Amino acid sequence: MAIFIVMGLTFLFRLFFIQVIDDTYKASADNQALRYVTQYPSRGIIYDRNGELLAFNEAAYDLMVTPRQVIQPFDTNNFCDLVGVTQEEFVERMQKARRHSRYKASAFEKQIPADEWAIISEKLYRYPGFHGEKRTLRRYPMPVASHVLGYISEVSQRDIEREPYYQMGDYLGVSGLEKTYEPDLRGTRGMKVLMVDVHNSIKGKYMDGALDSLPVPGLNLVSTLDRKLQAYGEYLMQGKKGSIVAIEPSTGEILAMVSAPSYDPNLLVGRDRSRNYVELSANDSLDPLFNRAINAVYRPGSIFKLVQSLIGLQEGVITPQTRIRCNRGIIACHGSHTNDDLKGAIQHSCNPYYHQVYKRLIQSGKANSIFEDSPIGLTNWREYVLSFGLGTTLETDIAGVKKGFVPDVAFYNKWYGEKRWAFSTIYSNSIGEGELGVVPIQMANLACILANRGYYYTPHLVKERGGNPKRDMYLKRNYTMIDSIHFQTVLDALEAVVNEPGGTARRARIDSIIVCGKTGTVQNKDRPDHSVFMAFAPRENPKIAIAVYVEDAGFGGTWAAPISSLMIEQYINDSIQNPLKEQRIVEANFLNPEIKLQDGTD
Amino acid sequence: MERTRRTFWSDVDWTLVILFLVLALMGWINIYAASYNEEHQSILDFSMGYGKQLVWIIASLILGFVIMLIDVRIYDRLAYVIYGATTLMLIMVLLVGSEIKGAKSWFTIAGVVSLQPSEFAKLGTALAVSKFMSSMNVKISDLQSRLTIIAILAIPGILITLQPDPGSTLVYASFILVMYREGLSGKILLFGLLSAVLFIMTLFLKQTGFGIPFTEIELNGKYALVIAIVVLSGTSIALLKNYNKSGWQSILIGAILSIGFVLSVDYVFDNLFKDRHRNRINELLGIISDPTGTGYNQHQSKIAIGSGGFSGKGFLQGTQTKYDFVPEQSTDFIFCTVGEEWGFIGSFVVIALFIALLLRIIFIAERQRSKFSRIYGYSVASILFFHFTINIAMTIGLAPVIGIPLPFFSYGGSSLWGFTLLLFVLIKLDSERKYVLR
Repeated sequence: MAIFIVMGLTFLFRLFFIQVIDDTYKASADNQALRYVTQYPSRGIIYDRNGELLAFNEAAYDLMVTPRQVIQPFDTNNFCDLVGVTQEEFVERMQKARRHSRYKASAFEKQIPADEWAIISEKLYRYPGFHGEKRTLRRYPMPVASHVLGYISEVSQRDIEREPYYQMGDYLGVSGLEKTYEPDLRGTRGMKVLMVDVHNSIKGKYMDGALDSLPVPGLNLVSTLDRKLQAYGEYLMQGKKGSIVAIEPSTGEILAMVSAPSYDPNLLVGRDRSRNYVELSANDSLDPLFNRAINAVYRPGSIFKLVQSLIGLQEGVITPQTRIRCNRGIIACHGSHTNDDLKGAIQHSCNPYYHQVYKRLIQSGKANSIFEDSPIGLTNWREYVLSFGLGTTLETDIAGVKKGFVPDVAFYNKWYGEKRWAFSTIYSNSIGEGELGVVPIQMANLACILANRGYYYTPHLVKERGGNPKRDMYLKRNYTMIDSIHFQTVLDALEAVVNEPGGTARRARIDSIIVCGKTGTVQNKDRPDHSVFMAFAPRENPKIAIAVYVEDAGFGGTWAAPISSLMIEQYINDSIQNPLKEQRIVEANFLNPEIKLQDGTD
Repeated sequence: MERTRRTFWSDVDWTLVILFLVLALMGWINIYAASYNEEHQSILDFSMGYGKQLVWIIASLILGFVIMLIDVRIYDRLAYVIYGATTLMLIMVLLVGSEIKGAKSWFTIAGVVSLQPSEFAKLGTALAVSKFMSSMNVKISDLQSRLTIIAILAIPGILITLQPDPGSTLVYASFILVMYREGLSGKILLFGLLSAVLFIMTLFLKQTGFGIPFTEIELNGKYALVIAIVVLSGTSIALLKNYNKSGWQSILIGAILSIGFVLSVDYVFDNLFKDRHRNRINELLGIISDPTGTGYNQHQSKIAIGSGGFSGKGFLQGTQTKYDFVPEQSTDFIFCTVGEEWGFIGSFVVIALFIALLLRIIFIAERQRSKFSRIYGYSVASILFFHFTINIAMTIGLAPVIGIPLPFFSYGGSSLWGFTLLLFVLIKLDSERKYVLR
């Protein structure tokens, strides 16, 4: 009898040990019977200002492998054919998966589009240890606005260390709006705890889903872009290097931001992303990933004369009636004018006029020595220029906007030495050459300032984030230091530039709309000039302000002006009256001019 | 007549009947949980094991009731006939039985119901052993009597080994407890225990090797055991020689037998055991460790039970058993479901119930005036104890994997009926104890 009791106690002792004291069995059980499935949230969708899709999500699948469950012998040949990998890749990835964990699933092949997945999943039952995990893939219904939208990529170890929210296998925005609004777009992951049987087939929710959490989808963005206008801009810019920035002056909302050459955003998605990225970044001399609209710095050229005019008027060194002789001995000029007033000077882009205006601004007589007077004048002038959003970073909601450059006293002191420079040293600035540097978006913003007669909203790309209004900083008016009364003459001149006979931008004329604009031609060393045009329309209640840069294309009125007018016409009238004008632009190609010269074909 | 019937029912040991019912019902609940799936929730779904088991349980109750009605004298009188019949079934099954999982252990009747004669042979053997041992002229100290008992046990044992079903064969070894109660020398039990210890030690030591000091001879570890036996017995003999004239002889015989045993373990283990049996023993002793291969069953069994924790995962919440990680989870490994879903508390209850059952049987056996009934009671206790011990020890990793069912718990009509017969014959004998004298 004692033997029964001894045996019973032995069992209870053993059971107490393995059930209550030793935790390893519990861990082993969870490890083999529970599968923790991350529920990935769908990333926020990006719409344009009219509710058209810019970026959405498509189902995609990660092929996961749990090395322990892969049964030998394994039909590697057929499997590789099915999934589309080579034998070497297969061996390598299996080793990687085993290094990760033998018991836990890791990705074998990522982001397989739904149609390919349909074929794979059908035959997957033949390969125990492999299963699919649903993910989403960014898709772009129209291949436009790639620079604005940016792209996403899988998180790196560094990203995870920096921001603990992320886990291996997550994606995050690395450029454009995807990066800026990452916290809004990404949503929140959910978790599902499933029970699996010995064959690894799912048997149901663990604890009836008590530990599960649903994924919270990311917030949708409503972009300020007009998809149609954006697409039209990209269409016009084919075969060219340059950029278009169009802004709604009354809000600062960017309607279009084109950087040419561009790329199809669908290339930087899914399985082929890394290969295509290398292709685009390293193997394309035109650098299509470079966003010229915010990153390319040019000299402002003649357009800067508008800023000079307004500062001159505000400072009282000129009035609209001030006439200055076109003395071409000091600085070269063009056209047949001789003694223009302000309007004429703008219209004819008279260089000597602005030489004089700038001289009056820089050497204003506040000190006796010109070497002491010039720094005072430059500081004062620079403060005005900065109030136009030039030489400062426009805090647009995509990262990497360049500041441009407006030289200050310290810069010239370093360059020439203290008190060793005066107006005569720096006069190139008067006509927008010299040391000045601007970014296309700043030029479009200048058009807004002119359209608004003295203020601007920081240009931005997102109107709404999941029902939340735009950021406060984009609702604030930024005033220039110029009183609105001084804009009258400048606007008259801009209207004349486009609409009066002899204006430099006659090609920008549209019958039904009063366009105000100014051409610029930016000298470009030994290559053809950059063609630049800045405009807004209509003159009253302006709806669009625009800056167009076409690199290596020549005179501003020839290319940039008609592109601007087509954009304006498209935006305001939603149609183009003169198809020949459009055709001429579309057919123009300014890429690789050197090569063409060598060929002697053009 | 009126009085007789009343007396008859009041003499039934209801404690035992209730213990039987509770165990069978708990077994059924756990079979339901182990094979539960959402598509077949009805307890009367006869495509599922638990549906069938419910039928077996009801049938076994009827069987028990019928036994209570049959004249008690047939067990004594017809003991050898029943033994002969069950032995005949064992022979028949080797000839016309159907092979399931590599063993010819089953009669398939009409392609639906399967019967496992080895489960019924236990009853026949228990009756025959009781009959023989209770005979007037049998003395357990006689070699001839002992040999006869061994023969009674060996016939079904060998027949079952031929199926082959070594687990069920080993059950017959449990009769040594019966013999011990009836006067078998404790030395033989000690001898058995010593053999087991030597067996295990040899298996461990033969994995090692040692060098003899000052020489370059490398010897297998088992010779260390031989040397130890020589030294120990030599010293004992030297010490005892002056006090006990005959004692040294038995020590010498013991030593010689031990050495012979140690040296032959190797051969027996490596050549006569089957690979899987060797692996199970090596796995248990930790000599090999292969949780995905040879040790899979026991490893999974321990995970299931160990993951139950103190209070278990709850009814139908077990993942390891329900989702087939544990093999044979309704039959041999049914205790895993108890351990996983009911935890330590549930395991405690089940073990306590079995111990209570065994103690009650011994209590009943001891109150019999008839030697036949007493020996039979011990036989039932020994068989149940062996099944209980080996089955649970196997699931918690204290014994090698030996495929025998947990009485009343495991799924299977034959085993349930076999145990019901064993138990109810005892209950019947007990209920008539006042009238059965011999």
